[in-house]
Amino acid sequence: MTSPDESGPGAGQTLAVEHVIDVRGLSKVYGEGDTAVHALRDVDLTVRRGEYVAVIGQSGSGKSTLLNMLGCLDAPSSGRYLLEGLDVAYLDERQQAVLRNRQIGFIFQAFNLIPRTNALAQVELPLVYAGVGRRVRRERAEAALALVGLSERADHRPNQLSGGQQQRVAVARALVTGPALLLADEPTGNLDSTSTGDVLALFDRLHAAGRTIVLITHDDEVAARAERVVVVTDGRLHEVGVPG
Amino acid sequence: MSLVEIVRFALRGLWANRLRSLLTMLGIIIGIAAVILLTALGNGASQYIQSQIAGLGANSITVLPRQPPQSAGTDGRPLTTADVDALSDPQGAPDIASVSGVVTSSVTVDAGRASSGATIVGSTPSYFPGANVQIATGRAYTEADVAAGRKVALLGATVVEDLFGVGADPVGRTVLVNGVPFDVIGTLVPSGNGGGLSNPDENVLTPLTAVQGSLTGFGDLSQIVVQARSTEGQAAAETEVNSILDRRHGIDNADDRDYQVISARQLADVLDQTLGAFTLLLAAIAAISLVVGGIGITNIMLVSVTERTREIGIRKALGAPPSAILGQFLVESIILSLVGGAIGVAVGYAGTLVPLGDFRPVVLPSAVVAAVAVSAAIGIFFGAYPARRAARLRPIDALRRE
Repeated sequence: MTSPDESGPGAGQTLAVEHVIDVRGLSKVYGEGDTAVHALRDVDLTVRRGEYVAVIGQSGSGKSTLLNMLGCLDAPSSGRYLLEGLDVAYLDERQQAVLRNRQIGFIFQAFNLIPRTNALAQVELPLVYAGVGRRVRRERAEAALALVGLSERADHRPNQLSGGQQQRVAVARALVTGPALLLADEPTGNLDSTSTGDVLALFDRLHAAGRTIVLITHDDEVAARAERVVVVTDGRLHEVGVPG
Repeated sequence: MSLVEIVRFALRGLWANRLRSLLTMLGIIIGIAAVILLTALGNGASQYIQSQIAGLGANSITVLPRQPPQSAGTDGRPLTTADVDALSDPQGAPDIASVSGVVTSSVTVDAGRASSGATIVGSTPSYFPGANVQIATGRAYTEADVAAGRKVALLGATVVEDLFGVGADPVGRTVLVNGVPFDVIGTLVPSGNGGGLSNPDENVLTPLTAVQGSLTGFGDLSQIVVQARSTEGQAAAETEVNSILDRRHGIDNADDRDYQVISARQLADVLDQTLGAFTLLLAAIAAISLVVGGIGITNIMLVSVTERTREIGIRKALGAPPSAILGQFLVESIILSLVGGAIGVAVGYAGTLVPLGDFRPVVLPSAVVAAVAVSAAIGIFFGAYPARRAARLRPIDALRRE
């Protein structure tokens, strides 16, 4: 049986690239001329394999824009982004889809589960797009659900799960393809304190198992769990270093 | 990602909105059912008329005298028993099986208790197969009856009913035809008015010589009934009739003919053309409703894409390539239209089981095949635009949508 974290640090990766993320001079401008908004200005960022990085900043600071760039959900206006040593600017739409599928696991503030679909099918979904066969798919999805402690909720739909449980399903879904990078956008923003504790403990375990995690938050307590914190203000990025 | 998975996603999407899927299909169901039903109606009507024409005597050709046009410069010659003899020549007319000279006259038939208007038809025994007349009771008259000029008669169903009442058997009785006594030797099977030139149920059939001897005199014939040897040989038989009569009547130009030839085949051809045009018209009207149904699919798929924009965004974030999204929505619309088409075929077929008056609609297998093919094409054509729109959504825009 294949488990998402069986293969250890940098799961699923054979490329010997030191930096999972290598961003140079990244800018994003919305609009043109006088009405242009500079969401990101000349951002440099590198994330080593196995790092747990928190990106903090006020709302509107540009941190979500940065996450969208890192997740290949949006294209930068200028600058270079290497993901696992690969320049994403040269990828077409289909190749970007493959990249998101294999290399990136997303965890969203609003969970973003597919309505009317049970937990197991949610977790299987990325594997379906990866072309994994039915039997293997099921085994890996069950393993991922077991990892987040939701094995007995496999047949529950989103509306039958608590917020914390839904977010754990989302984490299982993000993990199931064994991606190089976990991108979490305010993962605890919609959760109560107990659920927040559960999800953050899960991140700690994943970090300990060697996962590379980039987490966006405006909550200093959440950021304090990361090993490195960067701050985004007015589209510019500053290293803060190890908190506390 | 395999086709099986795409179909599974599509089915799940449709099932999630069962009522809406069903209502969308309704447009296709009605369109396809209408096409099946209306073409079946046209086809059934055509077959019904063909069978009615066959009832007139499939191989029979009727020759009637006609006033030639003024340009012919002559009043024309009547049809005579000499014409009958010429047509009966197996050398000159090899495709003709039998020829019957016919004299008709409007008469009053009196049975003592009641009387009735009728048409007396004097001819020879070959008239029975030639005009496709069936005997209900009694017997037909024979060559011997004709040779002797015996006053015997067979009565049509309406005549029997008028004179003797429903279900009576008048064989052996005597009736007065314009005062002349005729012995009834048989009755005819009701034809239900085969759509011919006159109603055969109002006929009184007697030997030619008996009519000529007692009522009309030995003059001209009212018509000549010719029977071709085979259905295939009917056109050849018609040509032979024309060439023999043209020669005998001294006619050089077909427009100047003093007779006309009417055959069941000609009638069938004309009716077939008319019905074909009519069926095409019905099918065209039905096709319009199919297009409306197709636009309904586009509309609903667009609504569905808008409604599920966020879901599309999530799928893209999870690594769904544009082709998977395109496939999912395209397959959804194809399933809608194919299932709708299948139900439409079933509904249309069920509709044809209801008999309408005298004839039943007959489903055209080609219409069923075409309907299914068209409904699949509708799914692809009308689903393509919404599906492309879904596939082209940028993941970031799709995810932002609430």
